[in-house]
Amino acid sequence: MEDKILVKDLKKIYLERRAKRRFLSQCHYKEECLVLNDLNFRVKNGSFTCFIGPSGCGKSTLLRIIAGFDRPSSGEIVIDGKRVKGPSKRHVFVFQEDGLFPWLTARQNVAIGLKERSKSKEEWDSEVDEYLELVGLTGFENHYPHELSGGMRRRAEVARALISNPDILFMDEPFGALDFVTRLQMREEMVNVHAMFDMTILFITHDIDEALQLGDQIIVLSDRPSKIKRDIVLNFPHPRDLTKGELQEIRKEIYYQMGLHVAL
Amino acid sequence: MRRFSSLWAFLFLILLWEGIKLGLKIPEYMLPSPQRVLSALLSMLVSGELLKNTVASLFRVTWGFYLAVFTAIPIGLFLGRNLLAMKAFTPIINFLRPISPLAWIPIALMWFGIGDKPAIFLIFLASFFPMLVFTMSAVTNIKPIYFRVAKNFGLKGRELYLKVILPAALPEILVGVRITLGTAWLVIVAAEMIAVKSGLGYLIIDARNSLRMDKVIAGMIVIGIVGLILDIFIRQIERFPSVEWSQMRR
Repeated sequence: MEDKILVKDLKKIYLERRAKRRFLSQCHYKEECLVLNDLNFRVKNGSFTCFIGPSGCGKSTLLRIIAGFDRPSSGEIVIDGKRVKGPSKRHVFVFQEDGLFPWLTARQNVAIGLKERSKSKEEWDSEVDEYLELVGLTGFENHYPHELSGGMRRRAEVARALISNPDILFMDEPFGALDFVTRLQMREEMVNVHAMFDMTILFITHDIDEALQLGDQIIVLSDRPSKIKRDIVLNFPHPRDLTKGELQEIRKEIYYQMGLHVAL
Repeated sequence: MRRFSSLWAFLFLILLWEGIKLGLKIPEYMLPSPQRVLSALLSMLVSGELLKNTVASLFRVTWGFYLAVFTAIPIGLFLGRNLLAMKAFTPIINFLRPISPLAWIPIALMWFGIGDKPAIFLIFLASFFPMLVFTMSAVTNIKPIYFRVAKNFGLKGRELYLKVILPAALPEILVGVRITLGTAWLVIVAAEMIAVKSGLGYLIIDARNSLRMDKVIAGMIVIGIVGLILDIFIRQIERFPSVEWSQMRR
């Protein structure tokens, strides 16, 4: 498999605007804040890459830069041999927060992801329903987001991302707010989704087991300013049994890298 | 039973009215009895006087209010999305807003003469600024995630306004509509006392001139009832599923 994404010497410095109050006026000054420090890695075409790191370490910033929503301070991102200059319609994000439009039904929400506007209403609806079925939301097409459970809302969002047929799917802690069992179900479904669609997935998570279960590659980031601590390739077939020896070893290694010694 | 509870409260109010009048021996020309007011109400209803004036008032409020809503909402949507423009115009809006519509009466009469037009103009003024402020704040309160999602799926320009900004701001805009309509209804009575020869405001002033306090109070009651009905109408809009979400998730 060839490389899909190449990240070269990526640095990101934020200029933080600070304000000092004075009598009736504010004095602004800027402070440099190094977030990402010389990141180098590759992501293979069609692979599932998980990013793990302490909170606030710049994982979201990294994903936003790769997707072209934000610019690197130095270094470059190369996708398909071309340097990333801005966002592309082929790169779709599933955000951490609830991103469904609450004024639209599940079906209307998924239809937002459809790009060919020329189709007839029937073709449109049947395509949307196909994707809703895929994520297990048949029977809830006309429900509004507030009438769906947290897991169902996430599924609808995944359907909306998939229907737009992305090249790269970015997921920023998509299941962070779900309860434990729903999270396990979503994990399983992500494995199926990745097997069915030919796309590269970049996935941020706090959950080490989630990364072990899903990832073809796990990149462990350090605290801010973030560096890559480990870049692990996992060549295990799905479904994976996390209690198996080798995966157990990797899990221990990641815990260790994150500075956790007693959590096991 | 919950529905009837408000009827009991109204009945209590009427009894209080009757009780105070009898207890303090207030003469009829100062405070007429509920029965007198009721008979005045019925006689005006039969003569058609009531309907004619209510329709006249509603006509003016509707025109002034709709004009304000259909200009203030688009302008508010635009300003809410353009920080620079909003910053530039906010002081002007806040300067014009506290000037009571009643202070505009001389100018309204000078510009539009006698008739419906000055009254409509005053209603417009009374509704435009609150509606503009409500719309602007509704747009600035939209959660940033919706804009990120819209950008992600390439929604731009007109589509962004129709599919994201307007529906996202709508629940708050509707609260504004409800409050503003109440204000407009407040102002119409004052406007009609001066500029025109019809409407509920005129009915009250006319009754006072002929010292008919029972008709004055009957007019006030009708104003209250119409205001109540208008409010109920707008509350119904807030129950639409595409608007209801703002109340569900809190």
